[in-house]
Amino acid sequence: MRNQKHTAIPFWRDERVLQVLGQVAFAAAVIFFFYILIQNMVTGLQRQGTTLGFSFLQGTAGFDIAETSITYSRTSTYAQAFLVGLLNTLQVSFVGIILSTILGIILGVARLSSNLLVRNLSAAYLELMRNLSLLVFLIFWYLAVFLKLPRVAEAVIWPGQIHLTNRGVGLPWGLPTETFETYRWVLWAGLAAAALVALVLHYIGKRTGKPPLTALWALLTFAAFAVVGWFVLPGAPLTLDYPSVQGLNMVGGKVVSPEFMALLSGLVLYTAAFIGEVVRAGLQAVSKGQVEAARAIGLTGFQTLRLVVFPQAMRVIVPPLTSQYLNLTKNSSLAIAVGFPDMFYVSNTILNQSGRAVEMISLVMLTYLTFSLVTSWFMNWYNQRAQLVER
Amino acid sequence: MSDKILPPLIERPSPLSWIYKNLFNTWYNALLSLLSGALIFWIGRAVVIWLLEVAQWRVIVTNLRLIMLGQFPISEVWRVWLGLALLALITGNSLGIWGRKARGAGRVTIGLLVLLLGLAVITSGQSQLWLLGMAGLLGLGWWVGRSAGKGLERVVITGWVIWPPIFILLLRGLGADSELLPLVGTNLWGGLLLTLLLTIVGIVFSFPLGVLLALGRRSSLPIVRWFSVAYIELIRGVPLITLLFMAQLMLPLFLPTGVNIDRVLRAMVAITLFSAAYLAENVRGGLQAIPKGQYEAAYAMGLNNIQSMGLIIMPQALRLVIPILVGQFIALFKDTALVSIVGLMDLVGIGKTVLAQPEFLGLQREVYAFISMLYWVISYAMAYVSQRLEVSLGVGER
Repeated sequence: MRNQKHTAIPFWRDERVLQVLGQVAFAAAVIFFFYILIQNMVTGLQRQGTTLGFSFLQGTAGFDIAETSITYSRTSTYAQAFLVGLLNTLQVSFVGIILSTILGIILGVARLSSNLLVRNLSAAYLELMRNLSLLVFLIFWYLAVFLKLPRVAEAVIWPGQIHLTNRGVGLPWGLPTETFETYRWVLWAGLAAAALVALVLHYIGKRTGKPPLTALWALLTFAAFAVVGWFVLPGAPLTLDYPSVQGLNMVGGKVVSPEFMALLSGLVLYTAAFIGEVVRAGLQAVSKGQVEAARAIGLTGFQTLRLVVFPQAMRVIVPPLTSQYLNLTKNSSLAIAVGFPDMFYVSNTILNQSGRAVEMISLVMLTYLTFSLVTSWFMNWYNQRAQLVER
Repeated sequence: MSDKILPPLIERPSPLSWIYKNLFNTWYNALLSLLSGALIFWIGRAVVIWLLEVAQWRVIVTNLRLIMLGQFPISEVWRVWLGLALLALITGNSLGIWGRKARGAGRVTIGLLVLLLGLAVITSGQSQLWLLGMAGLLGLGWWVGRSAGKGLERVVITGWVIWPPIFILLLRGLGADSELLPLVGTNLWGGLLLTLLLTIVGIVFSFPLGVLLALGRRSSLPIVRWFSVAYIELIRGVPLITLLFMAQLMLPLFLPTGVNIDRVLRAMVAITLFSAAYLAENVRGGLQAIPKGQYEAAYAMGLNNIQSMGLIIMPQALRLVIPILVGQFIALFKDTALVSIVGLMDLVGIGKTVLAQPEFLGLQREVYAFISMLYWVISYAMAYVSQRLEVSLGVGER
């Protein structure tokens, strides 16, 4: 046997040492880079005579915001103005998500229709939308459609007293009466009862192994409370108020500004095309054998859809769907192009007034980042729940 | 048993039975057909009437040069044409070389020729000559590529790599006191030219950055991995518009005093950094799809890290994600419109200037319809070429 003497690898060729050294160098370079940037910024700010900090948010805003959902005037603080913008962003995103989901499901199902015309119409819509630039589409939608509607005096009136004018769209709206407060409690009770029903049914379903129609029964319970409450109370809790034209203005009902309408409908029409594709892909991902097997063990058409196709399609649909929701929320920052005071628009105004570029941009970015982190947290939770359990 | 085997029955539908089967087979399908038919008729009629009778297209005809090139000086327009002519030559050459393998390349070539000649017919003067020249160069390139075949591959690939910098150099000029190529400031770049430049620069720089970030995210070195993850998630969590504002308003603060970066360049940096994060995720998807055996086989052959990545893994991974990458490039192209919000004169920004002219007030429909159409056609063309590329590379087959 040969006596082999072990020679140590010199440290400059030892991969483990090199990896550590490389990373330290990388980290040092990154830190040095940011150090230079921040150093420059601090000296720049010192020259301007300002320092970083968020205390300026307590200053008086001094500008008006066209659409507010909380009390706000020009004497309010910057922080309140930001909050108004944030609420507007959430509002447009929330309504947009609901509407684009509905339209997207219609488009996705239409894509798979046996009707040639319907199928191609849906495909053509997708092809039209996905090659358009959203910003151009929004601007077109705002300037060339909503602002080109007739003046208030010559309003186009759609069935249901919907007034289309260049000053906004008037919609019929419910006005609360004296019994509204009581009715609200009835609704809360209905919600509680529905939750109870859902829990009981879920428990029974677990015990017997037969999946009950949990959502349907819970919804029916809630609807029963709502309907019975509406008629049992001494007076209807809401009266329908129709918009009408008085002189140069619309009165009554709910007048929605052209900015909001343009942003909302533009986002919905654009996002729905992508959601339609997501829905179609999800439905197609369920193999035909699954449907055939379900029919073979005697499930009805509706049961097949509810118990076999739907859960499997959801597994494919939900992840891209949430990212479309997030896209819609981020795209709502294009409100600045149509003049709707969302978070980004308001922040930009604050930035111009106070000159606090660093703070405002960081604040806006952090807020959007929070939306995105919450969404991805939800996604991970859902994926873990819905994942196929494999070997 | 008869020896004669009957051919399978083929249903030959008469037009009437075809319509019945596809449109009216059940009562609700009949209803849907009627409804959607009415919808198509109603929308189609309104659009055709507007396009042909109501719309005043003279706003586009008068401002065509502005929409295409922005304020680019007339005396220097030949530089844009020269750059495009070079592009036509390389494109024709590539189509000639690789056209034999790729189905549909012939159609692309003929389509481009028809487009160029068609544009030449409706234009006049210098533009017409340049367009004819481009068509000629495209044809010449195609013929040379076809006859030389593989021998020219390297030359053409080099051509593609050096074309973007040459084009930008041509546009920008050599210097203020240069006789041949005087400086044309980026504030004069605009219209479709600027939109395309932002797209090209965005693609050229964000692609390598995206690949690096994807590798970083899959790296075994924790610090590199954390940095990549943080970068990707941070950028993907915010809208592009915030990055553009950051580049316009915050970047000057970060730079040492006296250093001033051009506004167009700032927008390019923002777009590149934004797109790279998305590309990184796409490339990572491709890397994850490569089976482990490929890595192991590469090591077993004695390739080192860089070799196995560059020669074995990356080519396969990138080929897998071509459609997704092109989708991302199309999204980048569409997103460049946002630079108009920070005041650059791209297609959308130039649209505003056109509408500010007193004689064209109130023609928003015409201007924005035309701009939308440009975006649509270019995006569609990119998608179409990528589909052909996919087919010819055999993605998804095997």
